[in-house]
Amino acid sequence: MRIVFFVLAFFPPALSAEIPLAERRSGYEFMSRETRAMQDDEATGPAALWLLDGEALWVRQAGESARSCADCHKDMKGVAVRYPAVHSSRLVNLDQRINICRLEQQKAPALQLEGRELLALSAYVGRQSRGMPIEVPVDAKTRPHLDAGRAAFQRRQGQLNLSCAQCHDRHWGGSLAGNPIPQAHPTGYPLYRLEWQSLGSLQRRLRNCMIGVRAEPYAYGAPEYVELEYFLMWRARGMKLETPAVRP
Amino acid sequence: MARVIVNLPASAKRGEIIEIRTLAGHSMETGFRRTQLGELVPRDIINRFVCTYNGAEVFRADLHPAIAANPLIVFTTVATESGTLEFRWTGDNGFSATHTASISVV
Repeated sequence: MRIVFFVLAFFPPALSAEIPLAERRSGYEFMSRETRAMQDDEATGPAALWLLDGEALWVRQAGESARSCADCHKDMKGVAVRYPAVHSSRLVNLDQRINICRLEQQKAPALQLEGRELLALSAYVGRQSRGMPIEVPVDAKTRPHLDAGRAAFQRRQGQLNLSCAQCHDRHWGGSLAGNPIPQAHPTGYPLYRLEWQSLGSLQRRLRNCMIGVRAEPYAYGAPEYVELEYFLMWRARGMKLETPAVRP
Repeated sequence: MARVIVNLPASAKRGEIIEIRTLAGHSMETGFRRTQLGELVPRDIINRFVCTYNGAEVFRADLHPAIAANPLIVFTTVATESGTLEFRWTGDNGFSATHTASISVV
């Protein structure tokens, strides 16, 4: 009992000290001048390659319906800032929503999660909301998902026994192995990460952090990831979308 | 899918220095990495980039392993006369991509 007391005295359980709204900063502000220049270079930034692919896929007919995305949807402005959202009683992110449309409307096979084509499409859709404030709606139906996401964010996990909040709520601005610790706002996904040399989704980034604390990552598309994504988007409410961003 | 993006001004004054930005979609696999089973991933890179301006070579670059994926090459040239610029990337495994752009010089 005494041991437990001492452990608690020196390592108090993480208190929910969330970052005040006015102090939130995008990961962009933690980047070097050179990396910022890459993100600002819209025409020849690395993500431009995926945007072109996404544009081509958007107008390409697919599946038994022989319809393209563009046949039904004109403008996707403001869509990406509202996801994850509930679709037929399941919380889905934008990538999963695109696949639902493919399965149900286009009668085409779902695209592989984290595959080049789905990333290109979701970057193309996300690009149209660039600069708009993130605004995931929260209501009675989605509240349990938000709470589950917040609990996951604050839960210690992995062999290092760290929670997301310990780094990103309490130690942002510090450094980890020489790299700045950002506040973990998902403002630019899918984004081009220099470490990946490729575009990747928020789930891939979450997977990285989970491996970092030596926890077992979930499979892509797992509801636990989507709930965490939902919480992170809510946490970044009002911040401007930067899709497709560049990060180191 | 060889995908390239070239960005340059559509028109320029004679004698003006113009900036040309090129981006080529390529994995630039170094040939030094191994799979989880220990097998070497074969090298697959762009070896050479050449730009010609009305047939005359104005810029050339040799690329090597350890150059990042999706290489961005930015260079300048002097706008001498109206015409076309041709860009060509060649690399391992028969990789080849070309792009042409026109410029009007006034």
